[in-house]
Amino acid sequence: MRGHEPRSSSSCAACKLLKRRCTPTCIFAPHFRSSDQITFAKVHKVFGASNVSKLLSEVPEEQRQETVNSLAYEADVRLKDPVYGCIGAIASLQKKMLELQHDIAVARNRLLAHNASGVNNNNNHVLSTLDDSPQLAAFLDLVPYSDLMLLDGSGLDAYLYDIGPPPFV
Amino acid sequence: MNPKRCAACKYLRRRCPKDCIFSPYFPPSDPDKFACIHRIYGAGNISKMLQQLPVQTRAEAVKSLSFEAKCRVEDPVYGCVGIISLLQTQIQETQTLLAKTQAEIAVAQTKHSQTQISEFM
Repeated sequence: MRGHEPRSSSSCAACKLLKRRCTPTCIFAPHFRSSDQITFAKVHKVFGASNVSKLLSEVPEEQRQETVNSLAYEADVRLKDPVYGCIGAIASLQKKMLELQHDIAVARNRLLAHNASGVNNNNNHVLSTLDDSPQLAAFLDLVPYSDLMLLDGSGLDAYLYDIGPPPFV
Repeated sequence: MNPKRCAACKYLRRRCPKDCIFSPYFPPSDPDKFACIHRIYGAGNISKMLQQLPVQTRAEAVKSLSFEAKCRVEDPVYGCVGIISLLQTQIQETQTLLAKTQAEIAVAQTKHSQTQISEFM
C-alpha cells in the first residue's frame, strides 16, 4: 500500500470548498472550521483563497485570527455593498461624527452663554467637562481621511445603514 | 489593440484590448494603483466584481477597492476595518460626552430657574 500524507480527521471549510485534502499544516484550518462554510465562501469570493493564504502567511501566527476576522468583516460588507464596501460604512460614520461635532459645538455655546450671564457658579466645572476631555480633544480634530475625498460622494448619502461592530471590538 | 496598454495589462503582461474592463480605471500613469489592488484582491476577482456592476458605478467601486487595498497593505491585520472600529469607539465616547454635557446644561438651567425664583421672593 502506498504511503500518503496523514489526513486531518475532517477538512476545514477552506479545503472543503476548494475540494482538496486538508493537511495538518493547512494555513486555513485553525481559522475556518468546517462548521462555518459561509465565512470562507465570502472571503474566497472577495479576496480569493490564494490571496488570503498569502496575507495570513505574512502576519505573525498569533495575529492570524484577528486578520481572518477583519477579512471576513470586510468581505461581508463588500458583498452587501459591492460599490462602496467598507468605505460606505466609513463615510457614514464620518457623517455621524460631523453631526456630533456640530451638537458638541452647540452645547459648548450654550454653556458659554450660561457662563457669560454669570448665573452658574460652577462654570469652571462645567467647562472642564469639555476642555479637559481627551475624547473631545481627539474628536474635534477631524479624522484626516483625506483620501476619502476622492469619492465624489454622490451615492454615499444613501449608505446610512447600520453596520455591526467589528468582531474584535 | 490599444497602442498604450493600461496599467493592469502592463502589469499582467498581456495585450490591452479595446474593450479592456480595466483600462478606464487603471491608466498607465499610475502603475502602483493596480499593483496594490491586485495584491489584495487579484485581477480575476476585480474583473468579476466590475463585470457584475453597472458601468456608471465602476469608477466609484475601483476607488473604494483601491482605498481598502491600500489600507490592507499598510495594516495587514485590520485593514480599513481598523478605521471603522476606531470611528465606532470615538462615536460612542462622544455620544456619552454629549449626553453628559447636555445633562449639565439641564442642571445649570434648573439652578438658573431656582435662582430667579428665590430672587423674586
